[in-house]
Amino acid sequence: MLIESGSPVPADTKVGISLTINGEARALQVAPWTTLLDLLREQLDLTGTKKGCDHGQCGACTMLVNGTRVNACLTLAVMRDGAEITTVEGLARLANPGGGSNGLHPIQEAFIEHDAFQCGYCTSGQLCSSVGMMNEGHAHSRDEIREAMSGNLCRCGAYTNIVDAIEDVMQPGATQGAAR
Amino acid sequence: MVATFSSTGRDTFVGSPQSRVDGPAKVTGLAKYAGEFAAPDLAHGYVVSSTIAKGSITAVDTAAAEAVPGVIKVFTHENRPRTAWLNYNYQDAVAPPGAPFRALYDDKIHYSGQPVALVVAEDFETARHAAALVKLDYEAEEPLTDTEAARDLAYVPPKKRNGIKPPPEPWGDPEGAYDRAPVKLSQDYRLAIEHHNPMEPHASTVVFEGDGKYTVYDKIQGVSNSQGYLASVFGLNKDDLRVMNPYLGGGFGSGLRPQYQLFLAMLAARELERSVRVALTRDQMWSFTYRPDALQTIALGADRDGALRSLRHDAIGGTSHFEDYQEVVVNWSGVLYKCENVALTYKIAKLDTFTPGDMRAPGAVTGVFAIETAMDELAYATGVDPIELRLRNFTDHDQTAQDKPFGSKALKSCFSEGAERFGWSRRDPEPRSMREGRELVGWGMATGVWESMMMQSGAHAILSADGKLEVGNSTGDIGTGTYTILTQIAADTLGLAMEDVTTKLGDTRLPEAPVAGGSWTAASSGTAVMKACRDVAEQAFRLARQMENSPLANVDLDRVVFTGGRIEVAGDPGRGVSLVEAMRAGGVDRLEATAQGAPDKDFNDAYEAYTHSAIFAEVKVDEELGQVRLTRVVSAVAAGKILNPKTARSQILGGVVMGIGSALEEESMLDHRLGRFMNHNLGEYHVPVNADIYDIDVIFVDEEDKANPLGVKGLGEIGIVGTAAAIANAVYHATGKRIRHLPITVDKILA
Repeated sequence: MLIESGSPVPADTKVGISLTINGEARALQVAPWTTLLDLLREQLDLTGTKKGCDHGQCGACTMLVNGTRVNACLTLAVMRDGAEITTVEGLARLANPGGGSNGLHPIQEAFIEHDAFQCGYCTSGQLCSSVGMMNEGHAHSRDEIREAMSGNLCRCGAYTNIVDAIEDVMQPGATQGAAR
Repeated sequence: MVATFSSTGRDTFVGSPQSRVDGPAKVTGLAKYAGEFAAPDLAHGYVVSSTIAKGSITAVDTAAAEAVPGVIKVFTHENRPRTAWLNYNYQDAVAPPGAPFRALYDDKIHYSGQPVALVVAEDFETARHAAALVKLDYEAEEPLTDTEAARDLAYVPPKKRNGIKPPPEPWGDPEGAYDRAPVKLSQDYRLAIEHHNPMEPHASTVVFEGDGKYTVYDKIQGVSNSQGYLASVFGLNKDDLRVMNPYLGGGFGSGLRPQYQLFLAMLAARELERSVRVALTRDQMWSFTYRPDALQTIALGADRDGALRSLRHDAIGGTSHFEDYQEVVVNWSGVLYKCENVALTYKIAKLDTFTPGDMRAPGAVTGVFAIETAMDELAYATGVDPIELRLRNFTDHDQTAQDKPFGSKALKSCFSEGAERFGWSRRDPEPRSMREGRELVGWGMATGVWESMMMQSGAHAILSADGKLEVGNSTGDIGTGTYTILTQIAADTLGLAMEDVTTKLGDTRLPEAPVAGGSWTAASSGTAVMKACRDVAEQAFRLARQMENSPLANVDLDRVVFTGGRIEVAGDPGRGVSLVEAMRAGGVDRLEATAQGAPDKDFNDAYEAYTHSAIFAEVKVDEELGQVRLTRVVSAVAAGKILNPKTARSQILGGVVMGIGSALEEESMLDHRLGRFMNHNLGEYHVPVNADIYDIDVIFVDEEDKANPLGVKGLGEIGIVGTAAAIANAVYHATGKRIRHLPITVDKILA
């Protein structure tokens, strides 16, 4: 059976790839059309990363690929053979690579402290995007943070608290008390 | 006494800023949402949506889809398994009058995007691929989706929607008073159709447990509603249907009613005798409910000093052909302002769309935008300051409800504290008088109002032998902070640490509570939890008194306090017994109670209950680019007791942000020839992003209210109401352009 597009790839074709996901090396067989997002959510039970639009418009699926933030819904898994993936489930480990995952990443703690979420559905993407943004090193002011975080929608409207949380991690103490 | 309710006479956790108890689960990705629960034999359903808005399906060809390996079954109206026959069976707990939509019912198409087939396959991608192969032929008819074009077909809904007050009868002589008034203005106002678009698209996972039993995870703002709906539609016993939804990725009203993906998932699971998940795509989030458009006219007649002599507010809202959706659009004008000659009318007009639904502050966002813009126009027409104008027309009584007094109304404090924080006194009222670089600066204000309600709700409390407490009920935490405030209330009532309290929500095995909506959850569930905890406290006290040589032997309940896990004599902390000791001595390993919170009939007979706010907005407008930046907002809110200033502030922030969306961005655009929403994605339907949001300052003014023992009035809606008017008024102040049709987009600024 050929797939409808006329592609010569049989429908049951799987491609072998290896990914390091939250520190764990995984050898995986994936269909060539499977997105990184669907691979994690549907096949690996890593549902912390969210699907908000599947079109790269909302940012809920943001994760770190080799330290860079990407929209996992626009990324085919086979494109990232050999990559190191960090999802929200692995953020704590990122901050404490030697130890267990009992503690939280400072950005996770700051999100709780500054009430930077309500329903929680955009939160994984906001957190990974924050870490990716800090890795990029371009944002130094509140305005720059706002701009650099505008790929992540929050329908609950927690934006000002998200900026407070990020600023707090970038410059500890900068917005202390601002969450009140 | 209202201000405190813990037995110590002072609150420990209530009233203080506490971080969300569900925070750790949400920041680590462990919080699971309806479409994320797994089952060993889970099949995936993908919905095929109608490409026409009106007409019928003339042919169905599912052969190609069914030939795809991995496809299990394709459901259409031609092979739909039997479900309940009567319309009545499809009416959920909050349905408006009418015949609810039934997916795959017959060949008729009622609206664009209507589900016309469900492809069920072994995995999501196969279902999605096969869905593209389902071929449907249609006979299309011309749709009517333009509210303006339907104006003449509008009617007064013959059957009223439960819980929605129709407009009161007119009073006085509105027409004569208008004619005689020295200052008159009459204008039309409009707000674009908006879609809720919670970040989590609607999804349902139905887990087939065998033996006719199901566990259902549904994106709903209250699982009891889904359970009742499924039992009624599929003829199932409620005991065989456990519906859960511990976390909801936003609702804003779209999750009040069970939506069609739940029906389809259950239909497939029952037929296939296996577990099925149906998750909607983002574009399918435009294929069901929405905030309706409304054609509004406001006519104000006033004295030269701004005192209202005549007030008329008329609205025509959209609804579907199958249900009479109704919301309160015009009554707010009569609630807010004192006037002796008032006419308020509300009609609806049938459109070829899905039934509109409640979206955050339904009706109020629409109607208050209109009246609060009109009041700003009156301020300019009379030369009276906008705050002063509102004070001159202030009322302590609700003229729309037999002139009953308000239970509390600290709106004047909102005006004064908000104005002070914003710096309103420095405003030059002259339009176009303030400029900063290339931008015009404008300051505007408006009033917000929302009903303060309470609904019958159950809750339980279970104290275990280890001193840990569980409380909960079936309502949902839609991101509002319900888990957290209930934990605070329970901890204070029994004198425990918050860490020793676990709150469970969103499970039909818990005591029944209604959907989370209308800003009623804190009052309703909060009161029920407090009462259940008090019951447990009394049980523990009885056990403590019965202990051998009990230090409480001759003490009455009203002389003890519950604090630090102990029952102590008030003012004599050394004299007491721990809860754990009391239970051990009594030989019980748990103390349990279920209680009900319900509206206070005596209070409601005597008073009307509303929350109020004053919103101040600063805009900066680049006239050459037509761009409006909202640089500063102050929202001063009077909503009774604030249980948790941290989560409460967030609720107001969120409401304000959604109000900014209403004012400047959100607009679901219909192509009336096709009867279809054209911008059905988040790239073209704009909601505020981080860069759109500058400083938002939230003030909670002191207000004591006695509608419920907690003194709370609810916060979910008040943050959004009036925000758009404050922004539109600021845009007028900046530019001299009065824009009465939201959203205020570049084209309207440049026009």
